[in-house]
Amino acid sequence: MSEISKDLHTEHMVINMGPSHPVTHGTVKFLATLEGETIIDLDVEIGYLHRGFEKMCENSTWQQVIPYTDRLNYVSPLINNTGYALAVEKLLGIDVPERCKYLRVIACELSRLSDHLTNVAAAGLELGAFTAFLYFVEARELVWDLIEALCGARVTVNYIRIGGLKNDLPERFEEKVKYTFKEVRRLWKDVDKLLTKNRIFIDRVRGVGAISAEEAIAYGFTGPCLRACGVPYDVRKAQPYLVYDRMDFEVPIGETGDNYDKYLVRMEEIQQSMRIVEQALAQMPDGPINVRMPQVRMEPKEKIYSRIDSLIYHFKTVIEGIKPPPGEVYLAVEGGNGELGFYLVSDGSGKPYKCRVRPPCFALTAAMPRLVKGRLLADIVPTFDMINMIGGECDR
Amino acid sequence: MKESVTLKKLMEKFPDDIVGTHSYRGDDTAVVKKDKIRDICLFLRDDPDLLYNFMMDLTAVDYLGRDPRFEVVYHLYSLPHNRRVRLKALVPESDPTIDSVVSVWVAADWFEREAYDMYGVKFIGHPNLRRILLYEGFEGHPLRKDYPLKKRQPLIGPVN
Repeated sequence: MSEISKDLHTEHMVINMGPSHPVTHGTVKFLATLEGETIIDLDVEIGYLHRGFEKMCENSTWQQVIPYTDRLNYVSPLINNTGYALAVEKLLGIDVPERCKYLRVIACELSRLSDHLTNVAAAGLELGAFTAFLYFVEARELVWDLIEALCGARVTVNYIRIGGLKNDLPERFEEKVKYTFKEVRRLWKDVDKLLTKNRIFIDRVRGVGAISAEEAIAYGFTGPCLRACGVPYDVRKAQPYLVYDRMDFEVPIGETGDNYDKYLVRMEEIQQSMRIVEQALAQMPDGPINVRMPQVRMEPKEKIYSRIDSLIYHFKTVIEGIKPPPGEVYLAVEGGNGELGFYLVSDGSGKPYKCRVRPPCFALTAAMPRLVKGRLLADIVPTFDMINMIGGECDR
Repeated sequence: MKESVTLKKLMEKFPDDIVGTHSYRGDDTAVVKKDKIRDICLFLRDDPDLLYNFMMDLTAVDYLGRDPRFEVVYHLYSLPHNRRVRLKALVPESDPTIDSVVSVWVAADWFEREAYDMYGVKFIGHPNLRRILLYEGFEGHPLRKDYPLKKRQPLIGPVN
């Protein structure tokens, strides 16, 4: 037998996956060099969703950037909104009212919920667990109903404003949350039963895509993928922003950093996010949601139509934009995939001089070759799922 | 205001290479000359009082009309000490090159490719310095301030 195989002609095969492949749901291209079914080299090509985010921001006023941030990570747009608004507020040196902080926390956690639900759902789908997909997409739909009630849109939310929010809570929001979370918890239990101890699922994910903590840190991993390696780094705990320091929640960590741990971390974070929303709703004080600084946050329409000073401020902020003092700031929030950082440079004009986003999944996607080299071609599927690369954020 | 440990140690270790420091809005920042950037990064990563093990972000900024024109900006994070620092290396237009820090943090690989792609700053010693978000054959570097906003150079589709 060995004599025959010695004479067989073999050579490496290069396989192109993507940019439009059912698995590469973030329009990305893999060039895999295979030996049999084993990947010996992988080249990741990104940029298919590049739309010049930074160039657009540099040519818009500070407020006009907010809708662009919606389109970064489009499964958790509220976190992007919040991160950007907080960065501009840091640049301005202002602080938002208490109620606004709580509402932002609620918005962020609802977004994180929808991000993790989508991620686990898609991972299930691609490994053949269609039922899990349906259950979690139903749950996500319910969360999106909440977000729609909150700000009028499901995906492109455009809810957070510099120095405040678009609107306060809608009527009977707490009731809706109670109902939604009851349903989400029920669906979570179903998916947990379907996947967590499922032999087929475990065989596909356990031990695949594992990485040590040191290496993950060197690669710049953050978020659930880093926590799956056993590093309890969460921006919400390490450098609390808004009112996260008043929330009681756990940061789940894994051990080996493989895809199964990443799945478990995300499942647990879904539970923790719901806890945070419930606490925030219970603790939330009454009060204003916007700062009273007409040069930063627009005043109500009635005032603009009836008072000359309000009208002037409105005109100036809309035409020229708000004007932060010259300087630079970096602010990080915990996004769905990890540390989402904004680096802003102001030259004192109404437009950002530089508006840089640190996309968490950029660093994660860069580690794809390391995660799958030496594994089977089919292992690309769960590994890429658990990286949760979002094209809009990675390519900007 | 309490002086930052990181900036103090940096000033002691590299007195000739630090051009300036500030802590605007609480962000510790050191402006450095580009020549020793690798040594500075290694020092920040390995010194037991600093241990900046995360390279969170790397980008460039184009200050058109100023000399030196470019700044390469590093955002570092130290997990053991829960601290952040920003390094800004000055890169002149006449010689837009800087040493790569991929050997210090692997994470720099793609970030440096992106900075090269968008600003045309070359990273010496980078293992694979290609365009990353744009395609091979794209002319110019779009985030430079003198690149026109409306300029089009599509890879496919009708000729302009």
